[in-house]
Amino acid sequence: MMEKMIFGRYIPGDSFVHKLDPRSKLIFVFVFIAIVFIANNAVTYALLLAFTLITVLLSRIRLYFLINGLKPILFLMLFTFLLHIFFTQEGDLLWKWQFIEIYEEGLRQGIFISIRFLVLVFITSILTLTTSPISITDGMEVLLNPFKRFKLPVHELALMMSISLRFIPTLMDETDKILKAQMARGSDISSGTIKERIKAVVPLLIPLFVSAFKRAEDLAVAMEVRGYRGGEGRTRYRQLKWDWRDTIIMVVALVLAIILWLLRS
Amino acid sequence: MKEILSLRDVTYTYTPEEADMRKAVEGISITVNDGEWIAIVGHNGSGKSTLAKLMNGLLFPESGEVRILGEPLNEENLWAIRSQMGMVFQNPDNQFVGATVQDDVAFALENNGVPFEDMVVRVYESLAQVKMDQFLNSEPHHLSGGQKQRVAIAGALAIKPKILILDEATSMLDPQGRMEVLSTVQKLREETQLTVLSITHDLEEALLADRILVMNQGKKFTEGTPEQIFQRGEELVELGLDLPFAMKMSKLMRLNGVNLQGEHMSEEELVNDLWTSNFNK
Amino acid sequence: MDIQLQQVGYAYAKGTPFEKRALFDVDLHISTGSYHAIIGHTGSGKSTLLQHLNALLKPSEGSLRIGDLTIVAGKKVKNIRPIRQQIGIVFQFPEHQLFDETVLKDIMFGPLNFGVPVEEAERRARVLVEQLGLPSEVLEKSPFDLSGGQMRRVAIAGVLAMEPSVLVLDEPTAGLDPRGRQEIMELFHKLHVEKGLTTILVTHSMEDAARYADHVAIMHEGTCVINGHPQDIFADEERLAKYRLEAPRVVRFQRKIEALIGRPLAKLCLTEEDLAIEIGHVIREERGNL
Repeated sequence: MMEKMIFGRYIPGDSFVHKLDPRSKLIFVFVFIAIVFIANNAVTYALLLAFTLITVLLSRIRLYFLINGLKPILFLMLFTFLLHIFFTQEGDLLWKWQFIEIYEEGLRQGIFISIRFLVLVFITSILTLTTSPISITDGMEVLLNPFKRFKLPVHELALMMSISLRFIPTLMDETDKILKAQMARGSDISSGTIKERIKAVVPLLIPLFVSAFKRAEDLAVAMEVRGYRGGEGRTRYRQLKWDWRDTIIMVVALVLAIILWLLRS
Repeated sequence: MKEILSLRDVTYTYTPEEADMRKAVEGISITVNDGEWIAIVGHNGSGKSTLAKLMNGLLFPESGEVRILGEPLNEENLWAIRSQMGMVFQNPDNQFVGATVQDDVAFALENNGVPFEDMVVRVYESLAQVKMDQFLNSEPHHLSGGQKQRVAIAGALAIKPKILILDEATSMLDPQGRMEVLSTVQKLREETQLTVLSITHDLEEALLADRILVMNQGKKFTEGTPEQIFQRGEELVELGLDLPFAMKMSKLMRLNGVNLQGEHMSEEELVNDLWTSNFNK
Repeated sequence: MDIQLQQVGYAYAKGTPFEKRALFDVDLHISTGSYHAIIGHTGSGKSTLLQHLNALLKPSEGSLRIGDLTIVAGKKVKNIRPIRQQIGIVFQFPEHQLFDETVLKDIMFGPLNFGVPVEEAERRARVLVEQLGLPSEVLEKSPFDLSGGQMRRVAIAGVLAMEPSVLVLDEPTAGLDPRGRQEIMELFHKLHVEKGLTTILVTHSMEDAARYADHVAIMHEGTCVINGHPQDIFADEERLAKYRLEAPRVVRFQRKIEALIGRPLAKLCLTEEDLAIEIGHVIREERGNL
């Protein structure tokens, strides 16, 4: 039972953000990532930050989960912050100690880039926290549909995605079981030389692969028996509904982009 | 009674190159009538699963004929016939395709191009029939084996099949799960006269059937009602099957000097016989 | 080897929003050489409990003593590895853990991990294959070329090859046909008797527990609610019903017989054979009285 916290895990809810169609959320995030680079001064960054915080509030996601999402890149954030602090040497000198000099521009750029990281991580986290993986797959499938004419196997990719997603928890449970069974026979991945530890992964991977192949075979038979013959002629059970909320955030994205453009220096 | 499915002298082998290897199934003839519950029992390797596959066009016989719903099964009518049959397999996880319960039940409906509005109704009705309607949005890894199998049954029911095949559907379940699945199928038969073909080595499941077919080493060993089959006693044990508790007790009691008229399938009958043959003098 | 659990509790993902309690206040004593059945519904905590027996999981509360090793919640424990060799666990569907190129190598995996010399590990493998009723040809085959039943026996051999002093069996008959089930249970019984292996059977089957165990523990909703001898535990059907359990078939039939003749039998029978013998006695008495 590995109910651990995974980066970007979906948390059900019924906030404004939860109720958005995955398509509008996907488009918004895509656009937002581009918009972020328009900002280049204090006012625009402050606006970005404020916007992000409003979105966080709207989504009613606990800050705990968003902070957790920040953890993996915290090191990177700190690193780039310090990089600017110590090496961007423009503007007024703020502080000096021996050979370390910190300039105003360095501090500004450091703060700006940190804000950029923060808003990007928060907004994409909110996407994955408020949208179930299967919704995201649905959204992407519909958005990519036009590409079918370019021979992109959209339906097959979406089906692959949705089946894979469905099996992730099952496979995790199985990994845990196999790991425990091998540990009970004295296998130890966590200690020994590098060579020993790599060898110890084999008794874990092989059973997993064997079982995965069996699953795939069984599943293919079951799907065939249930009438699956490819995407032709299939109807959709999971329907996406675009409503007023989705139109609003498209407008909001546009407005935000315009305002940032006007306020930039 | 009208025939709904039959096999006529069907033979199949997985290894046609090896002429001296025993065939998976040989010379099998079965007739299933509309509304019957037929159990196919046998030890592991007796050919029962191969039969299930032959009945659903997953395999085609090398000789003999499979007839379903009045037509011989072939490549042309395969999909049309499949849309009238439902099948539930052994591993509850390896047939669960959907992200949630309702998605999985809708899968066959989507494949058959059923319009959205109809799908919604049928998904709900099928889940209600198996008493899983409170679990519409549950994810498979939160469900027990018995629950997953019931969802699989709902998925099969959604296309309103005439025949339901259970291929060792209870083998991997715990006693509670087995009970849930069997009582679900029983109830379905009471309500809809669905034809059921169940492939199993579980005694309880076989006893629910109208007729039992016993497979051994790829051939049909015998066929009959549960009472007829279990009268064969020891022979069945050698085939790797179990005897009903009452029958086991009957035998053991006789060995210990107790008078009995016969070997009984039900405990009530046994108790009555015990009384009349030994106490009521 | 004695195993003693005192007020053991366990919660998954402790401290996160996903915390889930699996065990609380479990007191259990497994004495050396006993055959202990642990019964409980899915979700009662059986699996979590058995993973504590070889320290795959460590308790969140309480303590447990496995032989000379004591594990206390919250404290770090050294030197766990030897325990894994002494307490052999056969997990459910053990054939899923097979991985090596040949059956021989797979069976040798366990003992080799614990420093057993190659010749000795190989010897053990050969002996076990025979004891488990497998033809010696399988040793050179790939485990994936075997039938399901054979694979299971190979997996069991892999655990027995470590020569543990305690054998834990998690639903060893799951998925087997009736003959397979009987063969496996008889096999474990034989090993228990011949090698004096302390045996812990985790099962759903009241019948297996009645037939083979000398102690029965019942798990319900995360804790051990009853612990005792089969004769006492299976005699009280009301108490079992509280935990949504039934008495073994044999016991229920005995009650029907007792209702019929109007008096209890000399003892509570835990197997069909014993019950038939007792009924035979009753009949002879009856005839003697005529």
